[in-house]
Amino acid sequence: MTSGLLFACVGALLFVMGVSGVLLIRHLLRRILAFNLMGSGAFLVLVGLAQRHGVADPVPQAMVLTGIVVAVAATALALALVRRLHALTGKLEPPEADDD
Amino acid sequence: MKRPVVIPAALLFAVVLILAMVDLAPPALDLRPLVAANLASSGVAHPVTAVLLNYRAYDTLLEIGVLLLALVAILAVSESVPTTSSTSATSSDLLLPMLGRIAAPVMVVVAVYLLSAGTSAPGGAFQAGAVLAAAAVLLHLTGLLPGWRQPGVSLRWGLAGGFLLFVGVGAILLLVEGDLLRYPPDHAGVLIFLIESGLTLSLGLILAGLFLFLSHDKGDVG
Repeated sequence: MTSGLLFACVGALLFVMGVSGVLLIRHLLRRILAFNLMGSGAFLVLVGLAQRHGVADPVPQAMVLTGIVVAVAATALALALVRRLHALTGKLEPPEADDD
Repeated sequence: MKRPVVIPAALLFAVVLILAMVDLAPPALDLRPLVAANLASSGVAHPVTAVLLNYRAYDTLLEIGVLLLALVAILAVSESVPTTSSTSATSSDLLLPMLGRIAAPVMVVVAVYLLSAGTSAPGGAFQAGAVLAAAAVLLHLTGLLPGWRQPGVSLRWGLAGGFLLFVGVGAILLLVEGDLLRYPPDHAGVLIFLIESGLTLSLGLILAGLFLFLSHDKGDVG
């Protein structure tokens, strides 16, 4: 197993942890963190898989670089929305109740 | 509860995904030779920068557009948040502001170095912009830079400047070369460095703004 493949496997685990967090956690701040974990896992899979034969590929690296910056912006927007929700309702959880 | 369903499904997905990746065949399309073959005419010497600002410059243009959009959305959302009375953050701590004063100029130098190194080594506009933004956040956290409430005219130009410069260069190239962002090989290096400089400044301001606009209720009107 090359180091690139190991990165990709760790990325898959991070992605799965992030997905579970997004689905299970109701606290919005922690849900945003889980969402970021999911994104980091996806980036790691992209970069790791591309260099699983030992040679780095610049195209996925550039894509991931773009993705990281966009993820930062999306996180900041999510935090602003959470802040607004907190200011309006005083809660840090999504307003609708879960049925199941 | 969702927990008994989600966790086994997630574990199963992880196992299947990892097995698939271990067993994955070599890619049918290898872009590395293409990137390497055209590097000489791309204007830069580092393949990642060549991909970002020459081969896939369109992606980068849209990316800075997305960042600008996110910042505008944050401004729209957080505008009417009732803010507590602005207490000026005059900290009695001496060490922290001094360290901030020492670190910030060094970080600006590092950002300029990263920008100039991007043509031949890992680095470039994004890394440089991130360092610039980190310097601004550091200054804010040490109490030297107040949070931003509403962007003034110069700040607005700074925030949008990188995107406008990028679009401007693209439009000129569309008229001259006939294609959006197809650089003439002789001037590609200069054009890319021009775009990257604008991107660095705007990215630094935007990324700093993502933090400073959100924490404006602790500082002064900026």
